[in-house]
Amino acid sequence: MRWPFRAKAAVAAPLSLRRSFVTPEGVDLRLELGSATARASAFLLDWLLIGTVMITATIIIFSLSRGGGIAQGQQSQLLGIVWMLGLFVLRNGWFILFEMGRRGATPGKRAMRLRVIARDGARLTGAAVIARNALREIEIFLPLSFLGTQAASGAADGFLILFALLWSGIFFLFPLFNRDRLRVGDLVAGTWVVNDARASLSVDLAAKNDGPRRTFSESALALYGIYELQTLEDVLRMGRPDAIATVAATIRAKAGLADDDDDLDFLTDYYAALCARLERGMMVGRRRDDKFSGVAAR
Amino acid sequence: MSASEIIPTAPLVNASRFRAAHAADWARLERIVTQMEKRSVRALDDDDLLALPSLYRTALSSLSVVRETSLDRSLATYLERLCTRAYFQLYGVQTSLWQQLARFFVTGWPRAVQAMWKETLFCFALLAAAGLAGFFLVRSDPAWFYAIVPGAMSSGRDPTASAEMLRATIYGEQREGMLAAFATFLFTHNSQVAIFAFALGFAFAIPTLLLVAYNGLSLGAMVAVFVDKGLGTGFAGWLTIHGTTELFAVTLAAAAGVRIGTAVAFPGRRARADAAVVAGRSAAVAMAGVVAMLFIAGVLEGIGRQTVQGDALRYGIGIAALIGWLAYFYLPRRAEAGDALAVSR
Repeated sequence: MRWPFRAKAAVAAPLSLRRSFVTPEGVDLRLELGSATARASAFLLDWLLIGTVMITATIIIFSLSRGGGIAQGQQSQLLGIVWMLGLFVLRNGWFILFEMGRRGATPGKRAMRLRVIARDGARLTGAAVIARNALREIEIFLPLSFLGTQAASGAADGFLILFALLWSGIFFLFPLFNRDRLRVGDLVAGTWVVNDARASLSVDLAAKNDGPRRTFSESALALYGIYELQTLEDVLRMGRPDAIATVAATIRAKAGLADDDDDLDFLTDYYAALCARLERGMMVGRRRDDKFSGVAAR
Repeated sequence: MSASEIIPTAPLVNASRFRAAHAADWARLERIVTQMEKRSVRALDDDDLLALPSLYRTALSSLSVVRETSLDRSLATYLERLCTRAYFQLYGVQTSLWQQLARFFVTGWPRAVQAMWKETLFCFALLAAAGLAGFFLVRSDPAWFYAIVPGAMSSGRDPTASAEMLRATIYGEQREGMLAAFATFLFTHNSQVAIFAFALGFAFAIPTLLLVAYNGLSLGAMVAVFVDKGLGTGFAGWLTIHGTTELFAVTLAAAAGVRIGTAVAFPGRRARADAAVVAGRSAAVAMAGVVAMLFIAGVLEGIGRQTVQGDALRYGIGIAALIGWLAYFYLPRRAEAGDALAVSR
């Protein structure tokens, strides 16, 4: 693994966030790194949740301590201890305990469909989780608390503010300056944050059990390649009537077919026929990537 | 009817047949994985548990086949994500929390502390040197005290204070109710500082070392004030009861920071990022232990030293704690059978 800061002039950084991740069975899962936006949103969401829990707990504890009976001193002291320990656990434990769980994600990360994994593909250990979260202390809390105390004592002059902003700027934006989107904490802990989105098995567009199908001439099917086929798949799955009408009209015009007033059915049939044709080609080693490429041998 | 005529047909595409043949298996794997994510492996019934490995391998090979032969992008995406989820449930499995905790206390923590004995020794030497420096500076000129210790922290315990007032801070009773709250405050505050010292290590360890040196200086300065009034033994006892644990913990936290810093600055034969990861993980284990140590120190400080008033007993508790920690960390221990087999380290 290379040090992620090192600029390599010869190799341009890949734009994609896909990283190869080969399982012991030898299949590449091609994981997708979590985007900076998703991670920032997850972090904000987590803090929103932590804040909510904190405020609710504080209100409950204070109302309890005010309504205390005879042993009020003892009780309010106990509540004070609970409050302090709770705050400590919330601040340090929220991220660590959730990320050590089976989902490898805090509630915020879960909502943004992210999960933390070890870069080497091994088990995500508690040590790694602790390391990546303890480093947050200097990434965010240091400049914030520094600014806070300075502002409280009225001594936050321009230079100090500038310094704190510069510091947090370096650490906040650190993920944007390396191609694997690593925080300093990720770097030290050897972790990655990857996309953990789900997908459900959607309907098979090529299979239509009921009713007859249209057939298309060879010239009508020779117009397009895999790229166009998958674009068509997107259009059909999205199911927006205006998009479907536009695409159907375009295909009809190109292939010289008559309008039969059923765009959706027409496109479904065309999709199935084109898919079958391209798939047959692929089986015998003729893969056509898009409409511009001829029939290229793989 | 020119180019497009309508005739009845069977499924045209291989992918459709493939999907029809395997969809049930995929669906079952998805159900099992969802169940595992929600609860644990124990929630699965025996049938599912037995079927899981083969279902997972089926899904993986389906993924390979679909990538090579099918043009249905949504199918490939579905299988990719299903396999990823299954992979992390199968290979990323954590042992139970209790087992992890037990392993941490039995082997993980002492081993991590042992591994950084050089850094620990160095940080301790720095702390001691700074302490001595602080002590002699204040003895030679009390004005140094005000430069070293901020007013809020000394809370009147400065060179101008009377012997009675100082004696009261060592032996005085605090209000009965506040002890536990005070202990809690100390614990959370010190732990936060320890985590901070660890994290600062990333900046080539320099801020961590400054933090240690500063702690030593102010400690030495305090000792000087008390020694000046002939209260040296008493103050040392007051300090020892919790100080052995607390200062040891601070030293370890700093050592953990130094370990990361040196790994980043001088990675040796490893790649820099790899060195950082190895150091970072083991130092993090040591640091998590420091929090546990500080909890004990907080209890000793908040409760022990207020209720235990005799000097001898204070020394006794403090020294016993120190010996206990040293024995726990550094006594050689038999390698655990499971660990001896683990080749990964």
